[in-house]
Amino acid sequence: MKAIGIILAGGNNHRMKELSQSRAICAMPVGGSYRSIDFTLSSMSNSHIQKVAVFTQYNARSLNEHLNSSKWWDFGRKQGGLYVFTPAVTADNSNWYRGTADAIYQNLSFLKSSHEPYVVISSGDCVYKMDFNKLLEYHIDKKADITVVCRDMEPGTNIERFGTIRMNEESRIEEFEEKPLQAKTNTISCGIYVVRRRHLIEVIERCAEEDRYDFVRDVLIRYKDIKRIYGYKMRNYWRNIASVEDYYSTNMDFLKPDVRDYFFRQHPDVYSKVDDLPPAKYNLGASMKNSLVSSGCIVNGEVENSVIFKKSYVGNNCVIKNSIILNDVYIGDNTRIENCIVESRSTIRANSEFVGEDGIRIVVERNERYVI
Amino acid sequence: MIKKEMIAMLLAGGQGSRLGVLTSKVAKPAVAFGGKYRIIDFPLSNCINSGVDTVGVLTQYQPLRLNTHIGIGIPWDLDRNIGGVTVLPPYEKSVNSEWYTGTANAIYQNLEYMESYNPDYVLILSGDHIYKMDYEVMLDFHKANNADVTIAVMPVPMEEAKRFGIMIVDENRRITEFEEKPEHPRSNLASMGIYIFNWKTLKEVLVAMAHQPALDFGKHVIPYCHGKGSSLYAYEFNGYWKDVGTLNSYWEANMELIDIVPEFNLYEEYWKIYTKSEIQPPQYIAADSLVERSIVGEGCDIYGKVYNSVIGCGVIIGEGTVVRDSIIMNQTQIGVDCEVDKAIVAENVQIGDNVKLGAGLEVENEMAPHIYNHGIATVGERSTIPSGVTIGKNTVVFGTTTIADYEASGLASGKTLIKAGEQ
Repeated sequence: MKAIGIILAGGNNHRMKELSQSRAICAMPVGGSYRSIDFTLSSMSNSHIQKVAVFTQYNARSLNEHLNSSKWWDFGRKQGGLYVFTPAVTADNSNWYRGTADAIYQNLSFLKSSHEPYVVISSGDCVYKMDFNKLLEYHIDKKADITVVCRDMEPGTNIERFGTIRMNEESRIEEFEEKPLQAKTNTISCGIYVVRRRHLIEVIERCAEEDRYDFVRDVLIRYKDIKRIYGYKMRNYWRNIASVEDYYSTNMDFLKPDVRDYFFRQHPDVYSKVDDLPPAKYNLGASMKNSLVSSGCIVNGEVENSVIFKKSYVGNNCVIKNSIILNDVYIGDNTRIENCIVESRSTIRANSEFVGEDGIRIVVERNERYVI
Repeated sequence: MIKKEMIAMLLAGGQGSRLGVLTSKVAKPAVAFGGKYRIIDFPLSNCINSGVDTVGVLTQYQPLRLNTHIGIGIPWDLDRNIGGVTVLPPYEKSVNSEWYTGTANAIYQNLEYMESYNPDYVLILSGDHIYKMDYEVMLDFHKANNADVTIAVMPVPMEEAKRFGIMIVDENRRITEFEEKPEHPRSNLASMGIYIFNWKTLKEVLVAMAHQPALDFGKHVIPYCHGKGSSLYAYEFNGYWKDVGTLNSYWEANMELIDIVPEFNLYEEYWKIYTKSEIQPPQYIAADSLVERSIVGEGCDIYGKVYNSVIGCGVIIGEGTVVRDSIIMNQTQIGVDCEVDKAIVAENVQIGDNVKLGAGLEVENEMAPHIYNHGIATVGERSTIPSGVTIGKNTVVFGTTTIADYEASGLASGKTLIKAGEQ
């Protein structure tokens, strides 16, 4: 592969509410067995990008634990590898990453010491599959300076929270607005870019000289008239996790047959860290309806339209509906949970009731747990 | 100089012919177990959990799947700079090249491998038992008794003792006598086929007995050591240990995992069992389905009903299908409106729609009643069963079968249908 990968995984978002307190969004569990960064990492690995850097900043403990070995995504190679870059105090810098462009600038030596001619940049909080070889081919074909992956969003999507794009008939980007008050198009930027490595070094250095720190505002928008910036439309499934509602609906999407088929059965696979958990177990009285269950779970109660992540325990006579139960949750007997997201490692006492009345309720219960 | 206190030699070359078609293409240690594991995962995990990080795996019969499964040992953390897992197949020598002719002969042919680690003790294991055991505790016992050889034993019911090698011990657990499958057993301590040898003792015996044809631990090595006056001790093990050598014991051991708190608990944090996970997605249980008293592996799609069963990874069970008391291994697909009753269906099997498997009355299998019994219907790996057929109990199906292979769309109880040529 002629490209290296950069994954921007530093961000936080207050719209994730309690869910982002314990982890970066990139480490959010998605689709039963994965974390959101797995989708980008797997796409890069499957496109034979061998050298990938992950830039982390906000609460990266959980993410670092997830990235404890590069072997899960097949990166642990002599040629290439997985690099995790956290902000560091150096002789000439004592700042945190002040923005995406600054994060790249602070690690410019990584770009300078690589020899691959292109760089694929992606944010780590998107759920998608992509063949970056095709994207690169397009980029070269268009003789573009920068190619931005974009997507026409379904009607009804809240476009205003994305960067919107208008392209001419040649797909060159003419307008790029970040989080517009009123969107003029339904084409949005997916936060995935390709750029020539030398070119990236040049613009990033220039940004730094001018004290500009944001890749979208200070590179894409600022340079759109003088550089050849093109849009590449992706048509397949793509979701960005930025709010509790996004997070909930993205997980619920995995209950749809076409989404499951796309991610779980169609080539190429999505990889994640292997947890060495036993198969899921259903005891007498278990009743499952339209739900996803991951390994290590033990189910005794009733579960409907829900996604249950790894290693959770559902007690006797429980009723769980339209909910997402994250990793290692213990749910005591006779508990009712509806329209909720239950945070990882929660312990819910027997005979509890949690119901999201209007909207999704986030449940974080830190009770003592007695394990047999 | 490289030095390992104890290394393990894992015997994984046997066919396990009593598992019938299940082992026609794979060695017994590579047979799937418990939804996502293979039998060899248990001794390998025991090794790493006991701190034994050098394991030689002796392979001979159909080793392909075993080799791919073990690889360089990553799932068990046995990819080491020094030691780790090494697969040891028989190899050609300048003189006297031969296959592994017996358990001890296989070890003898790999003296050089063991020598290279300069061990004090050698642990001999077999790759066909389901158990969790701390070999370090056994080694402590071995050292405390200043033994030359320690044999792990477990108490079995007296009436079953005649199926095993039985050890008779004195009050200090020193073995005074032993009997191989005795008619009238005088003790109920059965050998588990797990030995710790002092390296010197082992080397001496193997060299001295090298010319014995089909050199075997139970038949030759242990009697020889005993005859020479070596100190043999019996280490009593009281945990769960299951020999899955027959189809029925294999079926039972799988079913025991389903109990609410099984005697052999895979869900304990302590003493994890590791395996190579090929499939990662969660499993999907559809709206009109039911899964009860079962364990189900990753990536399954279940649209039908499953009771008392062990379902492997990536299995698809169609709508209206009912699976009861069965073992369905990885990547098998079962169509719609089928009935599967007390069956063992191996990996990558395609079953059509409206198939009845394990139907009717129990009739003794006419080809190999000593293998196919207890009413279990067995389907070998990569088989195809066409839609609309009814297959009885104590039956075997193996190979790509079409409707023409079935008499009146059926295979009566006790019949065998093997199309792959060899069994």
